[in-house]
Amino acid sequence: MELPPRWAFLLFLLLSSTKASGSAVDKEEFQEELLLKPLPDRKVLAHFHFETRAPPCNSNGRRHHHLFPKAISQMVEKFRVKEMELSFTQGRWNYERWGGFDTMSSNNAKPPGVELWAVFDVPKEQVDASWKNLTHTLSGLFCASINFLESSTMYSAPEWSFRQASGSLRYGMLPREAVCTENLTPWLKLLPCRDNAGLSALMDRPSIYTSFYHSQRLHLTSNASDLEGLNPGIVLEQTLTVVLHPSSQRTSLTHISESYLQPSWSLSSIFGRKVNGRCALAKSSKVYLQLERGLVSELEKNIGSEGYDVEANFELSVNPDRVLKEENSRHGIGSSLLYEFSVDKYSNSKPFDLGLTWKFPVIWSCQQAPLHAIRFLMGSGNERGAIAILLKSTDLNDSSPGADSASDGCELHVNIFQIVPWYIRVYYHSLQLFVDDQLKAVGAFVEKIHVMPSKDKISPGMMEMVLKLPCGVKSAALTLDFDKGFLHIDEYPPDANQGFDIPSAAISFPNFHASMHFPSNDSERESPMLSKFQESSPVLSYTEVLLVPLTTPDFSMPYNVITITCTVFALYFGSLLNVLRQRVGEKERLLKSKAAAVKTGRPSELLSRLLAKLRGRSQEPSQSPSESSPLINSKLVLKVLLMAALAVAWQYYFG
Amino acid sequence: MYHGSPLLLSLLGPLTVKRIEGQPSHLLCSLVFVIADIISALLIRATGHTLQMAYRQSLNSLDIVDLLKSSDLLSSGDIAALVYLWNPFTIAACVGLSTSPVENLVVILALHGACKGLVPLAAFGWVMSTHLSLYPAILIIPVILLLGYGPDTPPRKLFLQKGYGKNGDNHSSDNCGQQETNQSKSEVTFSWRPVVHFLFWSSLWSAYVLVLCSISVKPHGSLWEMFQRTYGFILTMEDMSPNIGVLWYFFAEVFDFFRSFFMIVFHLNILFMILPLAIRLKHRPCFLAFIYIAISSMLKSYPSVGDSALYLGLLGLFLDELADMKFSFFLLCGYIGVSLLSPVMHNLWIWRGTGNANFYYATGMAYACLQIILVVESVSAVLNHDRKLRKLSVTKLRDGNS
Repeated sequence: MELPPRWAFLLFLLLSSTKASGSAVDKEEFQEELLLKPLPDRKVLAHFHFETRAPPCNSNGRRHHHLFPKAISQMVEKFRVKEMELSFTQGRWNYERWGGFDTMSSNNAKPPGVELWAVFDVPKEQVDASWKNLTHTLSGLFCASINFLESSTMYSAPEWSFRQASGSLRYGMLPREAVCTENLTPWLKLLPCRDNAGLSALMDRPSIYTSFYHSQRLHLTSNASDLEGLNPGIVLEQTLTVVLHPSSQRTSLTHISESYLQPSWSLSSIFGRKVNGRCALAKSSKVYLQLERGLVSELEKNIGSEGYDVEANFELSVNPDRVLKEENSRHGIGSSLLYEFSVDKYSNSKPFDLGLTWKFPVIWSCQQAPLHAIRFLMGSGNERGAIAILLKSTDLNDSSPGADSASDGCELHVNIFQIVPWYIRVYYHSLQLFVDDQLKAVGAFVEKIHVMPSKDKISPGMMEMVLKLPCGVKSAALTLDFDKGFLHIDEYPPDANQGFDIPSAAISFPNFHASMHFPSNDSERESPMLSKFQESSPVLSYTEVLLVPLTTPDFSMPYNVITITCTVFALYFGSLLNVLRQRVGEKERLLKSKAAAVKTGRPSELLSRLLAKLRGRSQEPSQSPSESSPLINSKLVLKVLLMAALAVAWQYYFG
Repeated sequence: MYHGSPLLLSLLGPLTVKRIEGQPSHLLCSLVFVIADIISALLIRATGHTLQMAYRQSLNSLDIVDLLKSSDLLSSGDIAALVYLWNPFTIAACVGLSTSPVENLVVILALHGACKGLVPLAAFGWVMSTHLSLYPAILIIPVILLLGYGPDTPPRKLFLQKGYGKNGDNHSSDNCGQQETNQSKSEVTFSWRPVVHFLFWSSLWSAYVLVLCSISVKPHGSLWEMFQRTYGFILTMEDMSPNIGVLWYFFAEVFDFFRSFFMIVFHLNILFMILPLAIRLKHRPCFLAFIYIAISSMLKSYPSVGDSALYLGLLGLFLDELADMKFSFFLLCGYIGVSLLSPVMHNLWIWRGTGNANFYYATGMAYACLQIILVVESVSAVLNHDRKLRKLSVTKLRDGNS
């Protein structure tokens, strides 16, 4: 009699749970994409893009995840992270060759080492505490020393130059963090298929870590459920950008101009692996091949004026599913092409291996940011120096494609944001501005400046600045003088003589926006990577990391320094007290004996004084301890004998 | 970056920016330092005259005039002022645009005011010097002694003995002797009036300074923050940039858990010596002030050559007392050697990178040793000088009595 209701209840529970999970599956989704792009200097860019979405909190506040990594959602919930980006980068993005004016460079080119910024949705006084907890959590999650960003000397709170976020943004960088496979593995663990299936199976560790540049990035956006935002819930965007050099030993040697021919490559040649079908949990799994604007226009020139049959220049081993042409009315240069391949139909028996073989040589160049930024150090010696940021024109601002407002007022706005650790004591008043190699008044070109001077061992120095330069400017240089600080020996890293790294400065051009619009003719949801490309983001570039050598103390000396210094001060204390303590009688006796000696003339005074001293010392002990000396001697002999006896006994019994 | 007084900053800050046309911008500021140095030299000279007058007077009253004759007729004030002005250390501090000329000036102001009995001036100097660099706070003892007893004299016991000797003569001496005893008696007593005045004035000045400071730091922070940034910075020795002392290297190398212990030890080292010195040298307050300045410039957290310039200048004031000081030639050679070697070692270490931190630390160590010898020897020379005077006066008395 009792059994049926129980069963029914269990059934109900089971049903309700599957129902709930079913609704969650509808919303949680995962998409994987890979973008391949030939670069002008015979390299290939591979950009993996994984996006996981989770719906906002259920009404009971509990989450049940299928695809979304639980660790991330718990972290977001606990620290109330609104937006966060963490990147691990090795190598430096070559802005001159690989482009500085597209979404790839401004979103995915990151400074070397670790960069972390986060926006919190907490009251302002709790932001620092949240940041500290977040850094610890992340360092645990990614096996990296992100927890060094916890100390207040390592992070700062930019107000407007980096990103608009009223006081709840924290930004920190670790330029010397070594990025290795131990950081990639936990990053891959956040993916539903890890690197077992799907596009992530391509990530062959040796080929990634021997690349010229690789940057793994994790971007997190969380919108509270009550907001009217477009994509409520948490969006986790994981990208890995690798610049690889395809080995071109297998190129067809038929052409005469073989040396000018771009290297041919395929997925298996650059990664050593093929794609064996998609990740079963992914909603879509696509590979894109992008030919950028400059390349497309060159290819069109190669062919002649007959249509845009650019495919005649090269051969693809797989036929594309779709060809997308950039909608580009504004730029005259041309529009980039995007070949789309869907991995859905490939499987283990028929792996996907995209290959590109060039038929004709082609030389093109990437689109560059309006100004190319270089940062370097000036001065010699270990006491002071100067930081210089040089902005060089890249010869394209005459036509200035993509400039939104530059044409009318003809002004070039440049945002500069740099953090300098406290031991580089920058004198911000010494800011000098050279425009076209001539010293100019700073006030004429600086529109807005915000400086937070560093405090020793408390906070780093931060400079945010908006420069307003005329369009025809050839070069602009900023210099800032600094003094080098001296650290305690514990604060030096193990290889102190290598020097200290100053994190990269971020330079952005707020009225230049990089975006690519591709027609989305089909009604189905666009790929997240393409929608990312469509977001117009200001052109951003990072400068080099500076290596500043600091003076080092002798690391082997602490004991010597302590003992010598203390001895000298003890000497001072003792001798001064002795002088003060001496009685009149004693001193007079001493003086008398001296006076007896100092009767000779002036030239031999020193000698006689010395003699007097010797005599005074030899006389005094001879007076009183003359009787006691044999006694002391006998005592000493006794002691020595006793010790010897003890030693003999010890040796006899225990030896 | 700047951890000094806000008042000095508001005074000197605009001067570094303002410029006379055609001249470099630091000209006005350096002019201030030159003027400060010249004024301090003038004050040293005036103080020296007062001291020498007092010295001669007291010797006269003790009837030991023959000693005076034997000593040089040079005025010690002139020599001290010249030593101060032409000291390479002073010139280096002035050329380097250090604030130490101003700090030295206020210290000398305090001493001068106390010597001359100008209570408000002494109070002003003491309060300002304490405000600027904290360490001159210990000068309150010599200043009070100066105001209470008057300038340096031989030990008071001598006057008493002398007085008894005179009285024991059954008024056989003439009027002059009577006057002298009266005078010596009046000198011996400690007069409280100027001391109370001094305390009153110094509280007034310090209130004034605090009000000015709080006004000037109001837009940036509180007064407490100012104390933390100035005095706290001095006491905790946060900055470990190399200077002429040894403590920067000590605290850059010492283990972290010993840091606070040694910080307390080194600061107490200054305070420990105050009382014994004050007991032993209470009849010579000016010399006591000199010793205090020398000790604090040796043990202070951020010493500079400007501090040495001050005590070397003051050293000239005690020419008569320190006439038979030991090791004076050795000290002179040592000072010259260290001041030549120290820049060389600094250059080798910091600029060329061929040297080591220990090279520079060794010169700092040698310099500290020299200062120690100077302090110890000058104290013992003054004590010996007093003994000599005592002996002379005793023999004089015996001769007079017999």
